[in-house]
Amino acid sequence: MSGKRRLITVWRIINNGVVNFIRNISLAIAAMAIMVVTLTIVLFSLIVNYTFSHTIYQITNKIDVSVYLKNRVTSAETTKLIGEIRNLSNVQSVQYLSKEQALKAYEQQNSNNQQLIQAATETNNPLPPTIIIKPVNLNNLGQIKSFLNEPNIAALQTDPPSYSGQEKEAIDRITHATNVLQEIGVIAVIVFAVVSVLIIFNTIQMAIFNRRDEIQIMRLLGAGRGYIRGPFIVESIIYGILSAVISVIIINAAFQASSGTLQASSLGLLDIGYANNYFDSHFIVLLTVELALGIVIGAVSSMIATRRYLKFKTR
Amino acid sequence: MILLDRVSKSYSRGGKPSLDRISLHVEPKEFVIVVGQSGAGKTTLMRLLTREERQTSGKIIVGGIDYDKLKDREIPLLRRKIGVVFQDFKLLPNKTIFENVSFALEMVGMGNQEIKNTVPRVLEIVNLTGKEDNMPYELSGGERQRVAIARAIVRQPKILIADEPTGNLDPKHAWDVIKILEKINRYGTTVLLTTHNQEIVNKLKRRVVTIKDGKIVSDRANAGYKI
Repeated sequence: MSGKRRLITVWRIINNGVVNFIRNISLAIAAMAIMVVTLTIVLFSLIVNYTFSHTIYQITNKIDVSVYLKNRVTSAETTKLIGEIRNLSNVQSVQYLSKEQALKAYEQQNSNNQQLIQAATETNNPLPPTIIIKPVNLNNLGQIKSFLNEPNIAALQTDPPSYSGQEKEAIDRITHATNVLQEIGVIAVIVFAVVSVLIIFNTIQMAIFNRRDEIQIMRLLGAGRGYIRGPFIVESIIYGILSAVISVIIINAAFQASSGTLQASSLGLLDIGYANNYFDSHFIVLLTVELALGIVIGAVSSMIATRRYLKFKTR
Repeated sequence: MILLDRVSKSYSRGGKPSLDRISLHVEPKEFVIVVGQSGAGKTTLMRLLTREERQTSGKIIVGGIDYDKLKDREIPLLRRKIGVVFQDFKLLPNKTIFENVSFALEMVGMGNQEIKNTVPRVLEIVNLTGKEDNMPYELSGGERQRVAIARAIVRQPKILIADEPTGNLDPKHAWDVIKILEKINRYGTTVLLTTHNQEIVNKLKRRVVTIKDGKIVSDRANAGYKI
C-alpha cells in the first residue's frame, strides 16, 4: 500500500467511526451513560482520597515533640543540639523558642485566662527555652525518644520531653485511624477503577455484539481486519472522550453547588473546600487521567470485542 | 475459471457428507446454474468457494488460486476477486446505498474521485440511479438485492457467485435480478447461480448442474429444470 493510500485508509477509518457513532447514537448514549457513571465514581473517589490524605496530614502536622532546656544551657550547646536533632532521619523540622519567645507563645495560647498570664511575667519567667521537633513519621518516634534520653542530652533538659502535651496515646489512636482511612481510600479507588473497567468493557462488548452481523458482512466482502476493526475502535474512543469530559463537568457542577450551599465547607473529615480547591488546581491532571482511562478502556475493550468476530473459521 | 476435483465436505466426522466427491469445471465467461432441492448441498458448495468453509477433501482452484495453499490472512484477497450475492442481501444496515457499494472500493484504498465516478455507473447498471442516499431499510427486497449485486460487481470481478439471489423475491423482482446477472455475464463475468426456481431455469436456457444428496446427478448445456 502506498503512503497516499494508507493515509486515505486511515482517514476513512476515522470518518467511518465518527459516522457510525452518529448513526448508532442511541446505542452510544446507552454505553456512554454507563461510562459516565463509572468514570464519575472513579474521579470522585480519587478526589475524596486526596482530601482525606490532606486532612490527615493537617492533623498529624499539629503533633510535635517539645524539648525543655535548662536555663544554664549556652547558645553554643543549643546550636549543637539542634544540629544533631536535624540530622536524625525521622525529623521533618526543628524550631527553637528562646525563653522570651516561649513566653509569648504561652501568652497567646492562654489569652483567655488572665490568671495564667499573670502567673508568668517577663521578670518572673518560669518558661524554659524550648526546641520543637516535627517528626516525619508519628509511628516511629522511638528514634527521637532514644536520642533525647541519652544521658548527656538528658542532662541539658529540665523536664522529660513532652509529646504534644503527653497526649501520645490519643495521638497514637488518631494516627492509627488515619492510616486505616488512607488505606481504605486507596483500596476504594482501586476497587472502583477495576469495577468500572469491567463494566465499561462489558458495555462495549454488548454494543459490538449487537453489530456482529456487520462485521461478518464486511469479512465476506473481503475487507481487511484493520479496516473492519478501525471504525469500532474509533467509535469506542469517542465514547471514552465524551464520557470523560461529561464526568468532569458533572463533578465540577457538584463542587460548584456544594461549596455554595454548604457554608461550613466541611463535612467531618471530608473538607469540601479543600476538595474543591484540589479539583480546581489539578483540573488538567484529573481531566487527563479521565481521558486516558476512557480512551484506553474504550480502545482495548473494542479491540478485544471485535477480535472474536474476526477470527477465520478453519474447520 | 472454477475447478473442483472430487471435493467433499462433512460437517461432522463420520457423518453423511453434505458434498460427496463433486467435480466441476466452469470455463471463463460461462453462466452456470446450480439447481437442487433445499439441503442438496448448493449452499455448502458456495460457502466452499467463498472460503467460509474448508473442504474436507479434494481440490478447489478458483481463478488460479489453489485453496489448499491459501493462508488465513490471504482470504480477504481471495474474496475481493470474487463477487458474491446472498439470498439475504447482507447489506450494511447503517450505510447508505452509495456507501454500501463504495465500501467495496474504499476498503482496498481506491481514491475518492475514482469512487465518485465508478459507483453511479454501477448503480445505473442495476437501475438504482436516484437511490444513492437511501438507507437499505427504505428499499424493497428487489432493490436491496440489486444493491448487493452492484456491490459485488463494482470491483469488476472475474467471477460472480449468486447464492439463491431470488429466494426472497417475488417473480417480477426475481426476474429483474436475473436479467442483471445476464447483463453482467455478457460483459464477460463468469456467473455461478444457485436457485430452485423452475421458471427461471427454464427461461434462461443455460448450462444446468443438478445436485442431489451432495452429488452431481446431471450436468447439461441449454437445459431446463429437472430434479
